[in-house]
Amino acid sequence: MTRPRPRTNESESETRNPTGGGATAMRLIVPLQGVVQGRGGLILGTLIPCALFYFFQLYLKRHRSPKPGSNPTSPSQSSSNLSDLQRSSSRSNLSSRGSIGPVQVSSRASSIAKPNDSPYYIGLDRVSEDPYDRLDNPNGVIQLGLSENRLCFDLIEKWLSENTKDSVMGRDGVDLSISGIAPYQPSDGLMEFKVAMAGFMSQVMGRAVSFDPSQMVLTAGATPALEILCFCLADPGNAFLVPTPYYPGFDRDMRWRTGVELIPVHCRSTDNFIISITALDQAFNQTRKRGIKVRGILISNPSNPVGNLLPRETLYNLLDFAREKNIHIVSDEIFAGSMYGSEEFVSMAEILDMEDIDKNRIHIVYGLSKDLALPGFRVGVIYSFNESVLVAAKKLTRFSSISAPTQRLLISMVSDTRFIQEYIETNKKRIREMHDLFVEGLKQLGIKCAQSCAGLYCWADMSGLISSYSEKGELELWDKLLNIAKINVTPGSACHCIEPGWFRCCFTTLSQEDVVIVIERIRKVAETCKISS
Amino acid sequence: MALTKDQQLLSKIATNDRHGENSPYFDGWKAYDNNPYHPINNREGVIQMGLAENQLCFDLIQKWIRRNPKASICTAEGVHEFKNIAIFQDYHGFKEFRQAVANFMGKARGGRVTFDPNRIVMSGGATGANETVMFCLANPGDAFLVPSPCYPAFDRDCGWRTGVQLIPVNCDSSNNFLITKAALEAAYERAQQDNINVKGLIMANPSNPLGTVLDRDTLRSLVSFVNEKKIHLVSDEIYAASVFSTPSFISVSEIIEEMECDRDLIHIVYSLSKDMGLPGFRVGIVYSYNDAVVNCGRKMSSFGLVSSQTQHLLASMLSDDEFVDNFLKENSERLAKRHSLFTKGLEKVGITCLKSNAGLFVWMDLRRLLKEQTLESEMTLWRVIISEVKLNVSPGSSFHCSEPGWFRVCFANMDDDTVEVALERIRIFVEKQQVKSKRKFQSNLKLSFTSRRYDESVMSPHMMSPRSPLVRA
Repeated sequence: MTRPRPRTNESESETRNPTGGGATAMRLIVPLQGVVQGRGGLILGTLIPCALFYFFQLYLKRHRSPKPGSNPTSPSQSSSNLSDLQRSSSRSNLSSRGSIGPVQVSSRASSIAKPNDSPYYIGLDRVSEDPYDRLDNPNGVIQLGLSENRLCFDLIEKWLSENTKDSVMGRDGVDLSISGIAPYQPSDGLMEFKVAMAGFMSQVMGRAVSFDPSQMVLTAGATPALEILCFCLADPGNAFLVPTPYYPGFDRDMRWRTGVELIPVHCRSTDNFIISITALDQAFNQTRKRGIKVRGILISNPSNPVGNLLPRETLYNLLDFAREKNIHIVSDEIFAGSMYGSEEFVSMAEILDMEDIDKNRIHIVYGLSKDLALPGFRVGVIYSFNESVLVAAKKLTRFSSISAPTQRLLISMVSDTRFIQEYIETNKKRIREMHDLFVEGLKQLGIKCAQSCAGLYCWADMSGLISSYSEKGELELWDKLLNIAKINVTPGSACHCIEPGWFRCCFTTLSQEDVVIVIERIRKVAETCKISS
Repeated sequence: MALTKDQQLLSKIATNDRHGENSPYFDGWKAYDNNPYHPINNREGVIQMGLAENQLCFDLIQKWIRRNPKASICTAEGVHEFKNIAIFQDYHGFKEFRQAVANFMGKARGGRVTFDPNRIVMSGGATGANETVMFCLANPGDAFLVPSPCYPAFDRDCGWRTGVQLIPVNCDSSNNFLITKAALEAAYERAQQDNINVKGLIMANPSNPLGTVLDRDTLRSLVSFVNEKKIHLVSDEIYAASVFSTPSFISVSEIIEEMECDRDLIHIVYSLSKDMGLPGFRVGIVYSYNDAVVNCGRKMSSFGLVSSQTQHLLASMLSDDEFVDNFLKENSERLAKRHSLFTKGLEKVGITCLKSNAGLFVWMDLRRLLKEQTLESEMTLWRVIISEVKLNVSPGSSFHCSEPGWFRVCFANMDDDTVEVALERIRIFVEKQQVKSKRKFQSNLKLSFTSRRYDESVMSPHMMSPRSPLVRA
């Protein structure tokens, strides 16, 4: 019994393929007649078979069935293994109907049921099994793979103790009733909280731009914010272009349930990993040739994992590119308030302030997990200039709303501009101190880092320590660092970096003493690498 | 529907109608939003009786929170925990939170069954929980059977982003809306013939909108059915602790202890939005007996984690056994009282409801007020109720009820005064309907009592002629 095949982009591209069987035949016959009769000559006689061969390959390529999620056989964690996170075609489940085997779950569930192969997740798991503690577990694995900021909790605790309430229902010392937090609230966030967040975003971005609360949709963290935007802007099978290296979580957040593809656009250390429009254009065209529709570009600015800023010029170029191709730009600006360098952060919103046209394709994602170090509270923002996107996103927040008591708690904190200013400045100072200490420590070992001025991590070039200049070599080093040095860092391949040997090291969960220990552990491994190479 | 240029940039999901917010169900909400009732400022406004929210026990929760400042991290007593809570984003959730929720779920089922905290998976409210379960169990194009009348937003929650379709299994008043094996089989067969892959059955027990609990035999036959067809059973038990009289609630988790069942097929959806009246907290729970679903659902919970602050507060509250036991008892009693007040008030004007013992609403029978037993008549009557009686009630058609004339009326989201106001308005409305029909009756007999005042004094409820067609015996 056959099932109606779900329409996929592949079948759509089939009908768009101009080379039907009949046309090919005519192209063969007519010139060949010429060759046979002496006209057209040898050239056509060679060209025709070559053309046919080319079209035959194209036909085969378009009709290749999608790879079902397969178990990787090699120990090498190549980035193509991340494809088992990809939504496999529902056609692969045809055989399951009417089977007497174990009951089927969805293909999404089956693909994720296999243990995570990405080093990003493996490392996180290892730390939770054997977490380092200076007193209780000094030989444990030190976490440098999670970009969390523990440097400024004292400031927040101080603010809280100066602004205590009698309970979670309270506001400014006055106890409200529970009706402020218990009943149903607007799913896209309380207006008061949106106003507070708009002011906060403006403040952390140096007041260079102001945000309109009515263009905001609040979500339970930046993770659903990205997914919701993806659901709004792309259909299953469409693609987003993403400059590499990029945050490993994008692969799951943007692709898993949406069925959208992420196409890497490789950036190089020679450009300090800043995206070039040429590379973007190439990637766009190649993707289109494969019959996949590109819906937008996803950038993170400040960048994760490199920690640099996109210059104004690049932002303008991206905007022009997006206009030309009629696609969206999603700008993940979640680290905007974690700047420690002297450069000036320019938000997409600032660029649009000056330009007056076509803002409908620009969407900004933000959250409080990094800048205010409150990942547990689940506060994310979608900021869009597109009314239709806001309308759709608002409806989708029913699946991911921020808890009402949390919103109430944060309204007064986030609106306290004096406190936030102090926080931003102190945070900047402390991140810079930690950064300088850590980067200097690595420098002593001969490990250089990319130029960075933002984020909670550095992007270290350990290619000098790897045995073979390849992904395999990089992952061998990663394995040594994890299991011998017992530090969890994120290898560049998990971030889809095209150059082997780069590692992201988050240092804002460490104390100054910890940094010394980490550098020492790396030194030991570095020495063994130098001996063996 | 022609897309604007703006919309052409968007996805199908963003521009289709599966969010359901364009359905007439929401017109009543709009009427309420434009003119909300307020006991002091706007006594002529629309009373919201379309929202199933439990406001009857706020005082208990309020009292507990005030007495336990440590559970709130913004208090002097609780702030020292702040750091650990604020940084916690592990999708497993706090162990104490899961234990407390498992404890609460067990108590809501009278302690007859225990829940394993390691199977508790968080989600963004029950809305998120239902969607997560669907993502884990079904592929786009697959279908789930759902006994109807059912919660209107199931379509959005289960199908909007997942691509899953819901196939109604119609139940009607001939047997008090019970789900029969015959109806299930028929719906399943029809789906097979249409080449639709049925992946499971989703139901709400206690039922929304009926307010009834499933009896043991029906539950057993549902479990047999899914085992036989090798499909999943999703039991939305969001009203488990909102049962206020007999028969007592039986959870599917109890049934699988008493009979042969492939546990990989059984999944429960839960939330604190109804039983505890805390929808603003956004606590949704997926509890599955299937390890793959737990594993997958847990990773998906990143898209709808419960705020760690909320987890911390609830971990404390729900592990306070004394509080929980008292709360469950009080909640039941208050719901029983309110239900009785409301149904008795309706009976006085001759309106009956389906006999129910759970939920925050009644399933009101207005079939005799319909001109014809059609959907259009139901809609007409409903618009009259919204605009003239000024009550936002929900028409049965929005619950996919195949029989016109039923309305869901929520009674737990208001105080006693407002209930009285609502009942008074209903009284007046029913009287008016009787005057109208009596007038028609009388004009047919060629009598001419034209004086309206005379009619009104004659037609007071206590003096209704027993022969009037509108009086129920």
